[in-house]
Amino acid sequence: MTGKDEAELSRLLRAAIAGDERAYADFLHRIAALVRGFVRRKIVQGGVDPEDVVQETLLAIHVKRHTWREDAPVLPWVYAIARFKLIDAFRRRGRRIEVEIDEIAESFAEPEAETVSERDINRALDGLPPAQRSVVSSISVDGHSIGETAAKLGISETAVRVSLHRGLAAIAKRFGRQ
Amino acid sequence: MRTEDLIKALDADARNKAMPLGLAWCLAVGVAVVVAAMVFFMTIGPRPDIMPAMHTMRFMSKFVFTLALTASAFALVRALSTPGEASRRAKLWMLAAPVLVVIAVILELLVVPEAEWGRRLVGSNMMICMSFIPLIGIGPLAIFLGMLRYGAPTRPVLAGAIAGLLAGGLAATFYAAHCFDDSPLFVATWYTIAITFLTALGALGGRLFVRW
Repeated sequence: MTGKDEAELSRLLRAAIAGDERAYADFLHRIAALVRGFVRRKIVQGGVDPEDVVQETLLAIHVKRHTWREDAPVLPWVYAIARFKLIDAFRRRGRRIEVEIDEIAESFAEPEAETVSERDINRALDGLPPAQRSVVSSISVDGHSIGETAAKLGISETAVRVSLHRGLAAIAKRFGRQ
Repeated sequence: MRTEDLIKALDADARNKAMPLGLAWCLAVGVAVVVAAMVFFMTIGPRPDIMPAMHTMRFMSKFVFTLALTASAFALVRALSTPGEASRRAKLWMLAAPVLVVIAVILELLVVPEAEWGRRLVGSNMMICMSFIPLIGIGPLAIFLGMLRYGAPTRPVLAGAIAGLLAGGLAATFYAAHCFDDSPLFVATWYTIAITFLTALGALGGRLFVRW
């Protein structure tokens, strides 16, 4: 991790908050890879699936992005959220771990691995009301745009956006309670 | 769902924006002050001799303590509600109010004869103090716990306790305008007990309600 990463990621998130969707996608991909490297190194015994923690962290970053101050460094913010979600995942399974903040400096970006295991997020998705669930899975799993989803489901784009927003907030909330 | 797929959904929701946390905190404190003021003026209100009282050191010192507590708790609770934010300096500032109270207590013990100590400590208002500080502070505490839910505190119990101190400092500032017991001996005892109650309530609220 370098100062260049920090500057570039701050720039991307600032652009994203100002409404640049391409910058946001770029930001999320890079953050996912960094958090994956961090989480995989921390989970040495089984019981917690690293990718579940990555997904939970990304959702938390998304629904809490208004807590980032635009003049503050972005990586300490990201890793504080990742660390909180990692400890939470262990706590839910009845275990405690200590995660030192200093060690994050050594984490490296890693790509997502193909898995067949059931994800926590799928269970959270299944718990959504049908209208929200069909919108969220149309955009995520099926990869449709907002417009395509609106046409397919026969509802307005505004309704799609509202269902997507509420669905994601509900998934983020459910994650924390399992 | 693959992480790649999740990112598509998050990206599609990028345009949905929420108010920045710092601004939301300032608004929340403004609303909390209004709520506390309404409860205060509709119930006990300021003491009738408040104008002459303002010329006495002991009366004014109460506001120095409570405002020091309020300001330092506000800075710390804001830092604690933001992930990765440094909080060491804000934690050190939390010592300001207790140190000021201790100095005032020592001065009071030096200038007041020993026979007077007990009467000044017990005062005449301790039950009102212990019931009205929590009563004025409970609305602000609910608002601040709501702010912690809006934020992202990685230590919810500690953040809840500091929210309780902030609510306590705010409530005590109003209550101090009502109370006739101006001795630091009274303030150090009964105000502390009342504010501790709100602090414990805040910690409990942080434990139970602040999940994210």
